[in-house]
Amino acid sequence: MILVFCELKDGAIRKPSLEALSEARRLADAASLTVGALFVGADNAGAEGAAQYGADTIFKVEAPSLAAYSSDGFAQAIADTVKAKGATVLLGAATSAGKDVIPRAAARLEAGYAADVTGLAMADGKLTCVRPVYAGKAFAASTFQSPVQAATTRPNVFTATVNPKAGTPETLPAPAGGFLAVVKEILAKGTGKPDLTEANVIVSGGRGMKDGANFQILEDLADALGGVVGASRAAVDAGWGIPHSIQVGQTGKVVSPTLYIACGISGAIQHVAGMSGSKLIVAINKDPEAPIFKLATYGIVGDLFEVVPELTKAAKALKG
Amino acid sequence: MKILVALKQVPDTETKIKVAPDGKSLDLGDVKWITSPYDEYALEEALRLKESREAEVTAVTVGGDKAKSVLQGALALGVQNAVLVKSEQTGDPMAIARSLAGYAKDQGFDLIFLGNKGFGGDNACVGPMLAELLGMAQANVVTKLEVLDGSFRAEREGDAGTEILEGTLPAVITAQRGLNEPRYANLKGIMAAKKKTIEERDGEATAALVTVVSLDLPAARPEGRKLEGDARTQATALLGLLRDEAKVL
Repeated sequence: MILVFCELKDGAIRKPSLEALSEARRLADAASLTVGALFVGADNAGAEGAAQYGADTIFKVEAPSLAAYSSDGFAQAIADTVKAKGATVLLGAATSAGKDVIPRAAARLEAGYAADVTGLAMADGKLTCVRPVYAGKAFAASTFQSPVQAATTRPNVFTATVNPKAGTPETLPAPAGGFLAVVKEILAKGTGKPDLTEANVIVSGGRGMKDGANFQILEDLADALGGVVGASRAAVDAGWGIPHSIQVGQTGKVVSPTLYIACGISGAIQHVAGMSGSKLIVAINKDPEAPIFKLATYGIVGDLFEVVPELTKAAKALKG
Repeated sequence: MKILVALKQVPDTETKIKVAPDGKSLDLGDVKWITSPYDEYALEEALRLKESREAEVTAVTVGGDKAKSVLQGALALGVQNAVLVKSEQTGDPMAIARSLAGYAKDQGFDLIFLGNKGFGGDNACVGPMLAELLGMAQANVVTKLEVLDGSFRAEREGDAGTEILEGTLPAVITAQRGLNEPRYANLKGIMAAKKKTIEERDGEATAALVTVVSLDLPAARPEGRKLEGDARTQATALLGLLRDEAKVL
């Protein structure tokens, strides 16, 4: 069995989890394995949606003590399920929770672990995964030597595909509780917008933005395109009040949206490391020699303060 | 209070990545070695607790003789002890976690700090693995930490926003940028560090659970196209291309 740890948000399965589940289905079909979707929490309403994305079985580990996220509690629930069901592959999405809990579960299972994979293949029950290393400057292919093989899938890389299966529900016993660390509160960003790593469209600003207040024009364009705003390290370090949480690059987030619009970003290697996995890159920069143009499918040499508002107008016209 | 800081020696983040003739490892020809950037926040947090709580801080790294330079750097900044756990690098993060756990078990550390991610392997997983192997609480990608009596309160970056978590000591904490502003070593510290000894231990001989079989550079992107005209013309042309040619809108 391939077991996929799935996350719910507002009663629906998160998109990165659906991507992992769909990839599990593809691997399982090729290897004649089954797919189990695992949900851990106090109330897993919405878990039944996993059947649409290829889950043969939907496992729920439910207890009031699992209402709040706990690294050790959730890792225990995941590892217990892997053992109880004899799963040979454990997948999760490389979300903040996935990257926190899957390696802990892997250690509990003495399983090899590969993070943030962008390609998976299976032959004779053995998984091969391809993943970015050196912040995306290279890709490594790895194989496993452990009976259980664990990996997290990078969001926005695998396609979520509807492929209905039985999704037979099964409830499993929950860990006893008394967890070592528990999330007490989440200070929500409150924007209702997707996280950078999950966004389909990212409009990013660099040193050429000149001031934090000017990021409003990027917000406007991102809103018109249904995207979110990112920033280069130069912009975050400039002291304009741009938070590190939206920094894209080697020391920030690594993103792979469908569309990445780089505004006033020169394309330093540090930034490129975080966004070169984008499916389509657009660069807007005054300097025709800026290295970012080497990556861009479409380049606009011009003043971003003129071009970006025009783009917003055109995008609104297109959508409206 | 006893604190352990686990450091990793990595290629400078500006390194131009070249693949070695074996097709699966990094060409080390021009590599300059540094302490992984996130580890600096881990080390700084430990040093602040040394000052505010009179904690005893030990820096540890897993590797060969070459890795001693990261320990020299930590000694220069003020850690009291430095330990090299000798081990061949297999590239498997679990092997590193096991070597660290082998050293740390039974030593009574209240806190173990690491960077949230080591540059290079980018697995960002040794912290959680180590916490599990030692049966400790974990707080990962931490931007704020409050150490209380027998417990801690941490803020970490989550997808939905900042997560506030509470846990018991001992704990493994992985540091994120924003946790603090790391200090620089001064000449006095660097000179004093040279007189200190680095303890050497043999690591656990553990087989790798994951092995890299090939390393490749990303495919070059095809030459793009520059759009001509004034801002409005360029904007209209771009939107048209995004919709009709690239089909991303």
